[in-house]
Amino acid sequence: MRPFAYATPPDAREAVLAVAERPDASFLAGGTNIVDHLRLGVATPGLLVDVTALTSAEIEDLPDGGLRIGAAVRNSDLAADHRVRARYPVLAQALPSGASGQLRNMATTGGNPLQRTRCVYFQDVTTPCNKREPGSGCAAIGGATRNHAILGASEHCIATHPSDMAVALAALDAQVQVLGPDGDRTIPFTDLHTLPGSTPEHDTVLGHGDLITAIDVPALPLATRSRYRKVRDRASYAFALVSVAACLDVADGEVHDVRIALGGVAHKPWRAHRAEEALRGAPATDESYRAAAEAALTDALPQEGFDGGNAFKIPLLTGTLVSTLRELAGEETRT
Amino acid sequence: METELTLQVDGATHRLRVDTRTSLLDALRQRLGATSPKKGCDHGQCGACTVLVGGRRILACLALAVAHDGAEVTTAAGLAPGPDEDHPVHRAFVDHDAFQCGYCTPGQVCSAVGVLDELERGWPSAVTADVAGGPDLADAGAVDREIAERMSGNLCRCGAYKGIRAAVAEVVGVAEGARR
Repeated sequence: MRPFAYATPPDAREAVLAVAERPDASFLAGGTNIVDHLRLGVATPGLLVDVTALTSAEIEDLPDGGLRIGAAVRNSDLAADHRVRARYPVLAQALPSGASGQLRNMATTGGNPLQRTRCVYFQDVTTPCNKREPGSGCAAIGGATRNHAILGASEHCIATHPSDMAVALAALDAQVQVLGPDGDRTIPFTDLHTLPGSTPEHDTVLGHGDLITAIDVPALPLATRSRYRKVRDRASYAFALVSVAACLDVADGEVHDVRIALGGVAHKPWRAHRAEEALRGAPATDESYRAAAEAALTDALPQEGFDGGNAFKIPLLTGTLVSTLRELAGEETRT
Repeated sequence: METELTLQVDGATHRLRVDTRTSLLDALRQRLGATSPKKGCDHGQCGACTVLVGGRRILACLALAVAHDGAEVTTAAGLAPGPDEDHPVHRAFVDHDAFQCGYCTPGQVCSAVGVLDELERGWPSAVTADVAGGPDLADAGAVDREIAERMSGNLCRCGAYKGIRAAVAEVVGVAEGARR
């Protein structure tokens, strides 16, 4: 492991400046991903700036009925919060479906969306990877692609984003509060992560030194009827093959409003706008849900791979979305 | 690069200098001789290094020692209320043959203590049917599913899971009974 300096500046502003002025500096929060990357040689910072104590660890009520989640709130505390459980079940379900109890006690709200892909080639420094080493190639293409993307991938990178929490936040129209070297700004959560294109070394639109200070979840009454459904190779403690975050409001047998985001299928949590458009005003039936899945997957491009590839994700995701929406519609309906 | 920090481990305070790269696990085992937390994978995948920090279970292998200055660490060896006494989780593991080789056991025990606290607080898990209401501790089947889910971050190569589930269930049952 490359030696690194460790700093705990007095406040978030100083932390941002400390990272911004050193190209090889990184923020440290819960450490669950970066500490592993230090050990694997995937990350080689010369300075770690610990921000764990510099951002809020509180969940505050917003005037509109939403919540402001401080970046230092641990994943386990967020999942346990009674307001989250009542107002945003999709988020309260997504959080404990990721990682293990020990990891959720460490991982933070600000760090979780910034965790890197679990693509095995990205984590193996003996293989080419455009995300880890731009221009070196992609060992995943044609390799083992079971866990890789079917939407929005490029010839340079087919990695998926691993977070469950992020899929729920994408469905909930969350907003990211960022403190950067030039001041504060707010980024819609769905704009935080990028597609790989020709620059897969970037996971997000954040610049060097930009620090997530909080994530706001707006009031969203339809989210009281919401659900996170995750499908994986074992029942617990595994990353998603596919996942669905959905909020559904059905009135008089018709879909009044809906939010859908998909996990395990793309370089970013995939907000399924096309599926939502297909559903608004449609009868709340399996046929509509299937049509919505088709709309979401219009541009899907499965990967071939020596492990059999990932074309299975198309029927798997279709079935998962249909059953999730069916279950939600089956809960108490609005009259 | 070296740095100085304080750790409270199983009730004793230690002042030590460590390289910034030192994990909490290596600081415990190699610097302080606290060898009950084990190094299994060293990548946060097996749970053998589980300890309690401030009463909450974490993975010591993914924690940098330097980031835990002042932390109050409890290992499986420090859970006992006194010399020659067992913690109820220790006793239940013995009574239910909840191990074979024993390597993962200190991590399993710390994780189980964390699980008991999380159930006590009513935290939901991925298998909790009513996420707003919390886990249903009155239903033995639901309790078994909760235990399996909540202990999934601790692997046992010997496959002693049946005994581990029974041991944790017994302590959950005792705690639940004591509350009534």
